[in-house]
Amino acid sequence: MSDLYHVSSSPHVRSKDTTSRIMLYVIIALLPTSLFGIYNFGIKALILILVTIASCVASEWIFNKIVHKKNTITDLSAVVTGLLLALNLPATLPWWEAVIGGVFAIVVVKCLFGGLGQNFMNPALGARCFLLIAFAADMTNFVIDSYTGATPLAAMRNGEAVNTMDMLIGRTAGTIGETSAIAILIGAIFLILMGVIDLRIPASYIITFVLFMVLFSGHGLDANYITAQLCGGGLMLGAFFMATDYVTSPITPRGQIVFGICCGILTGLFRTFGANAEGVSFAIILSNLLVPMIEKLTIPRAFGQVKEAKAKEGGK
Amino acid sequence: MNKNVERLYNGLIKENPTFVLMLGMCPTLAVTSSAINGLGMGLSTTVVLVFSNLLISAFRKVIPNGVRMPAFIVIVASLVTMVQFIMNAYTPSLSESLGVYIPLIVVNCIILGRAESYASKNPVIPSIFDGIGMGLGFTFGLTCIGLIRELLGAGQIFGFQILSLEWFTPITIFVMAPGAFLVLACLVAIMNIVRAKMEAKGKPLAAPSGCLSGDCSGCAQSAMCTGRSLSKEGAASAKATAAKNAANAPKTE
Repeated sequence: MSDLYHVSSSPHVRSKDTTSRIMLYVIIALLPTSLFGIYNFGIKALILILVTIASCVASEWIFNKIVHKKNTITDLSAVVTGLLLALNLPATLPWWEAVIGGVFAIVVVKCLFGGLGQNFMNPALGARCFLLIAFAADMTNFVIDSYTGATPLAAMRNGEAVNTMDMLIGRTAGTIGETSAIAILIGAIFLILMGVIDLRIPASYIITFVLFMVLFSGHGLDANYITAQLCGGGLMLGAFFMATDYVTSPITPRGQIVFGICCGILTGLFRTFGANAEGVSFAIILSNLLVPMIEKLTIPRAFGQVKEAKAKEGGK
Repeated sequence: MNKNVERLYNGLIKENPTFVLMLGMCPTLAVTSSAINGLGMGLSTTVVLVFSNLLISAFRKVIPNGVRMPAFIVIVASLVTMVQFIMNAYTPSLSESLGVYIPLIVVNCIILGRAESYASKNPVIPSIFDGIGMGLGFTFGLTCIGLIRELLGAGQIFGFQILSLEWFTPITIFVMAPGAFLVLACLVAIMNIVRAKMEAKGKPLAAPSGCLSGDCSGCAQSAMCTGRSLSKEGAASAKATAAKNAANAPKTE
């Protein structure tokens, strides 16, 4: 007898997908990015990744112990949060600041709102924004090959030329996980093939962003500029791994497209008109806050249901 | 005299305006970026509160019920204007850093709340002590928040560098607006734990004073009431009396 066969009331169709299984896929998909980050930034990046994951898992365990809740660290979601947070930090960040970030992500953003499935914004991004405001200097201290440099986005903002090929491969300054577009795309393709994410959010996000940049950035249809904007900063990582977070993105198909468009417009706004060169994390957490409203407006019509206005016309 | 001491205890701990009644949140969140700001704001509010309670209580039989709100506002506004001038003259730097929040004491809900729910119904002396208690409770709350925010956000306490900048990186978010929300939330959470523990021990901290009927609808204090414990307590006492009656019933029969 297989475990999938139950004689019971509905649901009768069961899938093998569990939270921990999906989280495991996400971790596997993030491996190329993490490995490239470690190759790019050295042993410091590895230590930072391990410290952040450890602090996330530990704070979830301790929180659940304190409030006498069932322990949920085995669903691996804390590991994913830790890994994503670490990939969003510069490799030079002091380890204790990363620990504070991990604690903030798990305790404040996730557990205080009721744990996995209840958090209103992506924990990793919430913590990144917290750190960005709390330790502004350390969070923007980007070093590569022992040379402190501006990120490609900041360089472009100052009107300097950037090497698009370097940005595709990822040999640039930035946070641990955001530099290599290729490594991120490998992970994203894996997730899409495994059916963990679909293209609605990332595609609508990226297309909206490109349209916005063509219209408003002042560079027009400059392919080099657009490619550099796409590969620079956290856009790829955000679009494929953070905007698609199940908990904080809309559940309705049309809503997901609206959500992607919101993210795209906000990112374009922040990058073009904002004070900083980068705006992906703020764009995504702001869109996270809009999700309940988007879901309410995009409830799909049930089969056979007639719109009220049409029904009235029919009645006439 | 005993009643006056009770009023002080009530304002400082039992119905602390910041942590229990959640009144005056606007200055609480806005000016507490350092301990000295919190202390200054708290003390100036205390002064206004004490004198407004005194005057309103003294005039309580003269003020017609229909226009009591405008009358209270006039009294409070005159006091605030005086405090503002005094602060401008003697503590210019503090008055500059508190800025618009000094004139805004006029519409601080603690002051109107105390006027409406206590001073307008009680004699002068207890009203003064009520003002002192509530004012010191507010000062205590604001100074606590200010201390924590200043320590974490700048490594200082009352302007003195406590944590050396050589090894301490100031967590600047704590002197900004989000820090106020985080610190306030943590302190209120701690206060709630303490209250829950006291209630479990049978010494409820937050029983609203002056609640006679236990019936919240139509109660003038419903805006000030801490609610939760009231309904619980009411239910508990009702149960207790029921149980007593049940226990007594066979005997009496």
